[in-house]
Amino acid sequence: MSDLPEVPSPAHEPEKKPSAQLLTFFLDGQEYGVDILRVQEIRGWSAPMPIPGAPPYIKGVINIRGDVVPIADLRERLCLPPFEYGATTAVVVLRVRYKNRDRIMGVVVDAMSDVTTVPGEALKAPPTFYDSSESLAKEIATLDDKMITILDVDCVFGDQAA
Amino acid sequence: MTKSLSDIQTELLGTFFEEASEGLQQLEAGLLALEQAKTADPDTINDVFRAAHSIKGGAGSFGLAEVCALGHAMESMLEDFRSQRVAPNRESLAALLEGVDWLRNALDARLAGSSLPISDIDGFCRQLEILRGSAGDAPPPAVPPAAEAPQGGAFIVDFVPLPRILETGNEPVRLVRELARLGTATVTTDVSRLPPLADIDPTLCYLGWHVEVEGSDVSRKAIEEVFSWVDTDADVRIAAKTVGNEPVVLDAHAATAAGPAPTHEPKPPPAAALANDARAEGAIGSIRVGVDKIDLLMNMVGELVITQSMLGVIDDESRLDSRRVEQLREGLGLLARNTRSLQESVMRLRSVPISIVFSRFPRLVHDLGQQLGKQVELKVLGQTTEIDKTVVEKLGDPLVHLVRNSLDHGLETPELRRAAGKPEVGVIQISAYHHGGDVVVEVRDDGRGINRERVVQRARQLGLLGPNEAVPEDPIRDFIFAPGFSTAAAVTDVSGRGVGMDVVRRNIRALGGDVFVETTVGKGTCISMRLPLTLAIIDGQIIRVGQHAYVVPLLSIIESVQVEPKRVSKFQGKRELYRLRDKLIPMIELGQVLGLHSWQHSEESLMMIVEADNAPVGLLVDELLAQQQVVVKSLETNYDRVPGLSGATILGDGSVAFILDTTAIGRLVRGVPGNGAHAA
Amino acid sequence: MAKIMTVDDSNSLRKLVASALQAAGHNVSEADCGQTALSVAQTTSFDLVISDLNMPGMDGLTLVSQLRKLPAYRSTPILILTTEMDPAKKQAAKAAGATGWLVKPFDPAQLLATIRKVLD
Repeated sequence: MSDLPEVPSPAHEPEKKPSAQLLTFFLDGQEYGVDILRVQEIRGWSAPMPIPGAPPYIKGVINIRGDVVPIADLRERLCLPPFEYGATTAVVVLRVRYKNRDRIMGVVVDAMSDVTTVPGEALKAPPTFYDSSESLAKEIATLDDKMITILDVDCVFGDQAA
Repeated sequence: MTKSLSDIQTELLGTFFEEASEGLQQLEAGLLALEQAKTADPDTINDVFRAAHSIKGGAGSFGLAEVCALGHAMESMLEDFRSQRVAPNRESLAALLEGVDWLRNALDARLAGSSLPISDIDGFCRQLEILRGSAGDAPPPAVPPAAEAPQGGAFIVDFVPLPRILETGNEPVRLVRELARLGTATVTTDVSRLPPLADIDPTLCYLGWHVEVEGSDVSRKAIEEVFSWVDTDADVRIAAKTVGNEPVVLDAHAATAAGPAPTHEPKPPPAAALANDARAEGAIGSIRVGVDKIDLLMNMVGELVITQSMLGVIDDESRLDSRRVEQLREGLGLLARNTRSLQESVMRLRSVPISIVFSRFPRLVHDLGQQLGKQVELKVLGQTTEIDKTVVEKLGDPLVHLVRNSLDHGLETPELRRAAGKPEVGVIQISAYHHGGDVVVEVRDDGRGINRERVVQRARQLGLLGPNEAVPEDPIRDFIFAPGFSTAAAVTDVSGRGVGMDVVRRNIRALGGDVFVETTVGKGTCISMRLPLTLAIIDGQIIRVGQHAYVVPLLSIIESVQVEPKRVSKFQGKRELYRLRDKLIPMIELGQVLGLHSWQHSEESLMMIVEADNAPVGLLVDELLAQQQVVVKSLETNYDRVPGLSGATILGDGSVAFILDTTAIGRLVRGVPGNGAHAA
Repeated sequence: MAKIMTVDDSNSLRKLVASALQAAGHNVSEADCGQTALSVAQTTSFDLVISDLNMPGMDGLTLVSQLRKLPAYRSTPILILTTEMDPAKKQAAKAAGATGWLVKPFDPAQLLATIRKVLD
């Protein structure tokens, strides 16, 4: 857990941007993050039941304590090359708002990373050349040694067949 | 926790509004029935009277003066009918129906926190009075009569109850106590008639009392009040005390001993009351329960069913000794039965008869028909069809719109109908029925139907169909639900410019259902809404297709057969048909439909023949597994509607299995996306 | 502190009466129709029964006369609630065996004052 010290703000400066608390994970060697408040749980991978007619990145549904939860392959969703699921593969179960309703959905990631608090000043808008995941990237967090792409969870399940 | 009485009264006000609303429905339905019947049915009049009487009484008790006044005016007129002083006629019934609207508005105003001005109400009440031809009764006391200003005085009261007074439940000692409470009193008990102890009959009263009472609250009226219940069971003399202490006997209420002694043989209840009892035999007390409590209960029952099936799985795989296995089996069997009956009871809790939604239509059709100058008969079928309470609420508006459409655009005027050789009175029929796990609600009219050509024209006009584009197979189905689509030449204010149909379909789809149209020019139109029964624990047949398990609702299954290759024939080169006895059944590669593209049916495949729009189809599956109850989980909760699936369930081993919607699968395969405008 | 049963098919009015009585410390049971009240009375004894007159199924007067047939209720105080009390109704009530009546609408204070005539 890396808690960076907060930079004191002079009285006349505009209000400080709030820091972001993230759950981070790896996809294709890159680190990504989602708002920790949206994370319901983290599970290991189990084969989902495929849904007929679903978009290719939605692998199917699984049973989580009686709820039927759709699972998306985040690599595929971000147009990253496919990767064989292994021991570190995890499923992050998120609370998502889509089409005016709150839902529970899961995304498959290569490996979990950490829970991190990123100070407001480290948050920037995503650069425009991230075209494939453009609609998904909310912000970029730049820290000393790395960069975390923060995803907007509500966009992960966009463009489904209605 | 102590609530003040006024808090409680405010809480109960909500209950009163609900009751009043139901009462108004009954009132309205009864009045409409009276209007249509040739002779006035006394039972209906009674029901209508009672409904008005209840609303009046309740309004009075809750201090809603104007509502009470309205209720009273209507009750008076209804009392005339009830006592047969006057027979109901068109004019009086129309006025009473107007009264129903007044009551509704008055209650709505109160609900919104204001109240209709009493002057308006008085105006209408006076109209009713004029119709009644009476001078008008004195308005009812809408609030309890103001307490009489204390007069003050001194009185002497002699109270001698008849011996049998105790049998009435009145206790003389308490009455004397109440009398004494009015002011300062001196009480003397007269025991002269008391027999020896051995002869005392404890059920009789032998005592008398002489009370002198005075005070600022003491008045003749107050004293009479105290004894108001026992004037025929006691000798009560009230005398004003004069200065000279000479009691001046002004009043004497004496039970005439020689008079008819009221006995405790109750008069035989009049025949009407007996008949009422007989009618009420089936009526049982009821309570109101919040829907959220039912939801909770439903979830728990769902979990119970899953748990029970998990235990069933353990039974299959266990290596316990045979005796224990028997015990286990017995226990599980019992559990299964108990769970089943629990589930049935709980499901019944949240289901309500669709009559709740249908009840507004007689009045609506009646008024609208008059407004549009059309003669219409409304038929309602399937009122007892049960439907989930939450669905019921959302069904109302779409249904109203469809009925309005039928009345406005579908039905022709009497002249046109006559010219077309149809009876002048048009028929609109709304019906509801269960069909394989769904509820179907239909609005059918025998009007002019929807003209295919005009639909195509309009579609081109709106740009939905290109000028050179070929007309699709079923243009009505494809275009009629487009926003802004209406072929009506003139827009009446009744149903607006075709904005309805797209909203109707959207609303129904939001409930997980769909809307379908069937129409014949000149003959009529039928719009049907299909809604899934959201509450579902259904009996299902688990099947295997490839590596995955699916569930087919038992209700949809006709039979299953082993595929005999010689009975298979190809139709137009691509569809395979199976000859089963005298029928040709289309065969469906279920694996393909379900997106398992590498799946092929094999020699061992079975064909499961299922219902799909009354035209059976055969699904090719690999294996039939167990039959069990499954809890239907909606796919839309976290995902979306999937055509061909009516939901998902969790099997005993924890895996997810989809539940197949055989009707939708049939349609998908026939290339009929959505509705089936097929020959019946 | 008495055991009282209130009978009225109108939930709001019945609860109005019940809550007023409960606030005064009485133990109140409710029945929403005459039939239920009669069944309950056969296995439970009350110190007082208060019933509406106008109810579907078994009306108030019928309930009163049926109750009086039960040995335990021969002299139990039974009050009926009514919107008017003309002499004919008074006679009918007494003939059925009612102890007394209460004219609607009444406020809780009036209710409590009235039942003092039959309860401590």
